[in-house]
Amino acid sequence: MYSAVYNQEADNKMVDLRANYDVIVVGGGNAALCAAISAAEAGARTLILEGAPKAYRGGNSRHTRNFRCMHGEPMAVLTDSYSEQEYFEDLMKVTQGKTDEHLAKLAIRSSEECYSWMVEHGVRFQPSLSGTLSLSRTNAFFMGGGKALVNAYYRTAQNLGVDVLYEAQVTHLEREGDRIVSIDVTYQGEQHRLSPRAVVVSSGGFQADVDWLADAWGPAAKNFLIRGTPYNRGVVLKDLIGQELESVGDPTQCHAVAIDGRAPKFDGGIVTRLDCVPFSVVVNKEGQRFYDEGEDVWPKRYAIWGRLVAAQPDQVGYVIIDSKSLELFMPSVFPPIKADTLEELAGKLDLPATQLQQTIEGFNKACTEGHFHPTELDGLATQGLTPPKSNWARPIDTPPYYGYTLRTGVTFTYLGLKVDESAQVQGRTGPIKNLWAAGEIMAGSILGQGYLAGFGMTIGTVFGRIAGREAARYANN
Amino acid sequence: MQTIELVNLDAIGEARRQIEICNACRYCESYCAVFPAVHSKRAYSDGDIQQLSNLCHNCRGCYYACQYTAPHEFGLNLPKALAEVRQESWQNHTQPSVIATVFHRSGAALSLFVVLAAALLVWLIQAAPKSSGEGFYSLMSHNAMVVLFVPAFTLPILLILLSLRGYWRTIGGESIRWRHVVGAFGSIAKMKNLSGGHGDGCNFEAEDAFSNRRRLYHQATMYGFLLCFAATSVATLMHYGLDMQAPYGFFSLPKLFGISGGVLLSIGTLGLASLKLKADRGLADARVWGGEMAFVLLLFVVSTSGLALYFLRETSLLDELLALHLGAVLAFFLLMPFSKMVHGFFRLAALIRDEQCKA
Repeated sequence: MYSAVYNQEADNKMVDLRANYDVIVVGGGNAALCAAISAAEAGARTLILEGAPKAYRGGNSRHTRNFRCMHGEPMAVLTDSYSEQEYFEDLMKVTQGKTDEHLAKLAIRSSEECYSWMVEHGVRFQPSLSGTLSLSRTNAFFMGGGKALVNAYYRTAQNLGVDVLYEAQVTHLEREGDRIVSIDVTYQGEQHRLSPRAVVVSSGGFQADVDWLADAWGPAAKNFLIRGTPYNRGVVLKDLIGQELESVGDPTQCHAVAIDGRAPKFDGGIVTRLDCVPFSVVVNKEGQRFYDEGEDVWPKRYAIWGRLVAAQPDQVGYVIIDSKSLELFMPSVFPPIKADTLEELAGKLDLPATQLQQTIEGFNKACTEGHFHPTELDGLATQGLTPPKSNWARPIDTPPYYGYTLRTGVTFTYLGLKVDESAQVQGRTGPIKNLWAAGEIMAGSILGQGYLAGFGMTIGTVFGRIAGREAARYANN
Repeated sequence: MQTIELVNLDAIGEARRQIEICNACRYCESYCAVFPAVHSKRAYSDGDIQQLSNLCHNCRGCYYACQYTAPHEFGLNLPKALAEVRQESWQNHTQPSVIATVFHRSGAALSLFVVLAAALLVWLIQAAPKSSGEGFYSLMSHNAMVVLFVPAFTLPILLILLSLRGYWRTIGGESIRWRHVVGAFGSIAKMKNLSGGHGDGCNFEAEDAFSNRRRLYHQATMYGFLLCFAATSVATLMHYGLDMQAPYGFFSLPKLFGISGGVLLSIGTLGLASLKLKADRGLADARVWGGEMAFVLLLFVVSTSGLALYFLRETSLLDELLALHLGAVLAFFLLMPFSKMVHGFFRLAALIRDEQCKA
């Protein structure tokens, strides 16, 4: 049970690596914490090995803001209702059917009771944030965001007696037959070999290992930005896949969105998103348009733009708007590049000026008269233009003009370990008896492609809790 | 790829840089009044930033929840950035601002001022002929106290009102309606902005652990102070209106208000001082830590010496105690415009303005 009381003793406790732990959790994000808390509550002596330093603990969970939650009637911050059927249909749409129905429905059904479990363990919720009203029915927002959630879980875990080591890099899990017999971890410059009874791996995907991304994607991946933690390098994932454990998913599949090209290489998080594409003309570095900017509302399209930009020369796009549209979208962390003429804007963005002017001119001519409505599909489409712009097509003609660069921002990868409904990791010849997985490292077991906002935290919470409980049950026997 | 340039910004510029990042994130929306005010705009004038800084109660919830604090290159520390703007907004709106700067920053200067005030009182008490009054008035006549304290109270209040008028102009305040005032006092009465939005309190004294201690101690301090003030006001009314002279009995209104207020004020200020020792100084304006601490302790001296006067009134310590108490009260009054005391006035103004913006 969550207590707000500060447990200084737990914070300063020395961790004895020679101790016999029942359960070791590899990783320190949402799934890992749910697993560790559940294991400790089931009576297991539990250790968390978090690879990041304390300031960066929590993996990608630090950057999250909500989880997608089924509910039959208005519940706390969630409005209306969101049924299992509708939730599952939403998932099938975004994954185009590449979904493990059994595990997905398990996650969906369990999401409702996760809400109260999370509150009991210190998470606080807030109403849907301003600018995100479309999510108030489906997604419960964490007050303060994912880092506040992570903080609360660490406190809860430590009050339950869970030991935590930061900057503890797990390099190898030694498998003998159908069991993991030891874990190699580097801590403060020294190698340690630990032999817990049971292991939960929840150390995320491999998106921060740009070389691995490049193996799958080709050299284009070097130009990708990583939206989340630089610590998810997939070391444990690679080690386990290399030991003939069942993997699922395709290494090229990842959640990739188009973000502000000026974002930092790693860890830019939410503030680097750009919501202005539907009101813009997007060109590549040659000044040419390449896709329908107004195909659908942005929450349904931002995830495909990561791939669209990745397919352009140098993996970069340029969003051009004029002063009419400047206040129609959520502000990004970087101010737009501003110019009084298109020529000047082209100069500042390093685009071929003549081509940009031609593209905008052609676009402007193809715009038609009609009613512009920024928050719904207004049908204000271009005529005779390829590719078309199907909604919100207004001429770009009112200076000053504004431009942003767009790059591909990878959130997480889908290649992962195959698990069953008890989160147990599968070997080629059957389950590994004392190994469970939760979070992004096994999300590929459920999602083949595409993404539904907030579902990653649902998977992490549901399977983290299952993994912790099962690992403790095994260790107790 | 371009990273945010960390040029040397002044306090307002630095706060603006951080607030623009907050407005692109919005995760902290429900913690306090600052964030809805941030999210209602896209660009921030210097006045806007000062208004936001005075809405901030330094609960620090946003700092510990923030994914962009150092070592992240965005380097957010909003409680500190706003504390520095807030401090400067008080100093710049108060005349003479150089005096404000000295007493806000220097605990030593503030303490010295108290000692001098107490010494002045010792001298006055010893120099003045013993009057014929009863109780304390046998040491210092009621008239002498009035002559000393009425200007020592009203002149600082006048200065504060002037500085508030300047602040109101800076932030573009409009004409005040009754409902704005009601809303602002409602917020203050419950110290809503120290609740964390969820009721678990602040992240003040133990990193990211939530606690209501600071809220409770602050409430004790505030209500204790108001009770003491009520005691003096009631006594003044009784003196002039009803011709009832002090000393009053234990079950009189001045005593009941004064003693309960004094106890609350002593507990509250001692609690606030002890939390302040534990809290991370890097999440506030470190330049004024000493001045703030001295101010809290001054309030503690005021209330505790007041209580001691009541309990030790029959002893030989009475002269010294009375000089200490009246000296501390005198120093407190005179320093109101130049000390942490102004935070209450500016915050009230900021909360009233916030009610106007919400409407």
